[in-house]
Amino acid sequence: MQVEAGAERPFLSVSGLSVAFPTEDGLVRAVDGVSLSIEKGKTLAIVGESGSGKSVTAQAIMGLINRKTAKVSGEIWLDGQELVGLSDSEVQALRGSEIAMIFQDPMSSLHPFYRVGDQIVEAIRAHRQVGAKAAKRETLDMLRRVGIPAVERRIDDYPHQLSGGMRQRVMIAMALINSPALLIADEPTTALDVTVQAQILELITSLQAEFGTTVIMITHDLGIVADVADEVAVMYGGRIVEVAPTGLLYDRPEMPYTLGLLSSIPRMDRELPERLEAIRGNPPSPIRLPAGCVFQPRCNYSDRVTSGACLDVRPELLPTTPEHLVRCHLPTEERQQITQDVFNILAGGS
Amino acid sequence: MTGYLIRRVLSMITLLFLLSITVFFLFNLLPGDPARLTCGKACSPQTIEANRHRLGYDEPVLTQYTKFVTGIFAGRTFSADSPEPIVCEAPCLGYSFTRHQEVTKMIVTALPVTFWLAIGAFLLWLSIGISVGIFAALNRGRWPDRLVMGISLVGYSMPSFFIGLMLVFFVILKLGWLPFPAYISPFENLGQFLQTMILPWIVLATLYAAYYMRLTRNQVLEVLGDDYVRTARAKGLPERVVVVKHALRAGLTPIVTSAGLDLAGLLGGAIISENIFSLPGLGSLAINSVLDSDLPVITGITLVTATFIIFANLVVDLLYAVIDPRVRVG
Repeated sequence: MQVEAGAERPFLSVSGLSVAFPTEDGLVRAVDGVSLSIEKGKTLAIVGESGSGKSVTAQAIMGLINRKTAKVSGEIWLDGQELVGLSDSEVQALRGSEIAMIFQDPMSSLHPFYRVGDQIVEAIRAHRQVGAKAAKRETLDMLRRVGIPAVERRIDDYPHQLSGGMRQRVMIAMALINSPALLIADEPTTALDVTVQAQILELITSLQAEFGTTVIMITHDLGIVADVADEVAVMYGGRIVEVAPTGLLYDRPEMPYTLGLLSSIPRMDRELPERLEAIRGNPPSPIRLPAGCVFQPRCNYSDRVTSGACLDVRPELLPTTPEHLVRCHLPTEERQQITQDVFNILAGGS
Repeated sequence: MTGYLIRRVLSMITLLFLLSITVFFLFNLLPGDPARLTCGKACSPQTIEANRHRLGYDEPVLTQYTKFVTGIFAGRTFSADSPEPIVCEAPCLGYSFTRHQEVTKMIVTALPVTFWLAIGAFLLWLSIGISVGIFAALNRGRWPDRLVMGISLVGYSMPSFFIGLMLVFFVILKLGWLPFPAYISPFENLGQFLQTMILPWIVLATLYAAYYMRLTRNQVLEVLGDDYVRTARAKGLPERVVVVKHALRAGLTPIVTSAGLDLAGLLGGAIISENIFSLPGLGSLAINSVLDSDLPVITGITLVTATFIIFANLVVDLLYAVIDPRVRVG
């Protein structure tokens, strides 16, 4: 994860990214020192509750944070180019061409007054000098590829005439129309029916393979991540608290928060326990974050750290193995033991 | 769309019909004897009865109403059995025996004045209100926004008779920049027309512009936070296109509704502004008719004004369907 000096940078690397919004109640540190990286063509999932900073992180990478109302610091390197220091017009040129985004609610994300075809054509012509006819042909082609039936007719529909799944397909077509190198999908299935969710995820994955796109998948649902992501970053209180390859994170989570998230998912391959474990309490207010570990007030195990460091020292994101980073004061062995115990209980063992 | 249009027009006609009944019967229930008002204090009961018959007030209310409606479509003749019958051609809204004039003619004479007053003020307040409102929204929270909102509050709080009288006092009487208003048709003397209308336009527009600044600002602020505006930015469109094509298109739509209805309301006469500047429009006519208890004129003006508003409602709804595709279905 950490980039050594002189070493070649990963395709996307974010380091020390912070986003703060000054408000009347104080500075809201929505994202605080986030570092992550993705290799080309891979998928990184960012998982967290509402308010964990995952969407703000995505919007910062996308250059969608209004710099008049927020402070963005840190570095974002995409394919050898640093993004935070770019001017507004340079960022604008990258948006929609190099980096594209799919949003949560396709109904409200598509403009209600314009035909879906025209909205895609607009995206093409924002970045490329293409004639009206060619742009329309390209749009038809892309709509076909995202699996919209009867495209010749659908291209002239307004968003409200399409179903939720079709609308999200249109959004995906719009995002991919300029073959972006990086696609950010911000909860792309949350607003959709469960039956449609799987189709949309499958579509994103197959198009990703076809176009060689790098994907950041933002979600609060660890359940959908398993099939899609190569690597998972768990965010809490504006920070990354655990990063690991997907399989490793599912099998051997170490941060108590990740463990809580995982044990609150009902799983087909396990006996359903008496009741699902919820994580007690609520996420912290981004204005008054706890002085020590941000998760400490909700953590069941912080009293095992006898030094009391959880209360007043911010833990660092440290490697357990080179590819598994955890932000926790508990000793590694203790964390692994806790996970073992919890998994045993969930599996119905002693 | 055609079905929708037909339905809307039919319901509009029904509404107008119900309205005419309401207005007619309501005004007939008013205390005071219209026949008594036709002659002065030294009026003999015989004269009053004779007038009552001449005016048709001796007939049952329902018959009076039928004749009134017939008059609108086919014209009618008042005091047909007298030596000097009064022929009132369609569309006849009645006859003012106080002024000895057909109501329709009085309204047709007053209407252009009100029309020019309303249209001029409308254009002025829309252009100022909307552009300043957008400007404030784009500078939200910073001093231009606060300044605009402050000005808007002052403009909205000042009664129009106060602004009007102040303008008359300073601009016309003290400084003598403009001659005293004397209405003339713009087709006869454009210069004098403009000199007469500029102050009434300002007075009327001040109130509405203040309101439209706020309305526009709030609308634009709301849509600037909408998801599709974020999508437009995510596409990499220039900020100008994002604001104009995506945000304003959606944000200004509700303003069409307000603007249409406000304009229609004004076409019924701006009583205060017309009075201050002695403009012989519908507002002045209405006020004078009320003071004279000139029932036929009041009825006529009420109906005409209501027709404007009902018609404006239809136009606004149709416009809305043109602007917003979601309204078109059904």
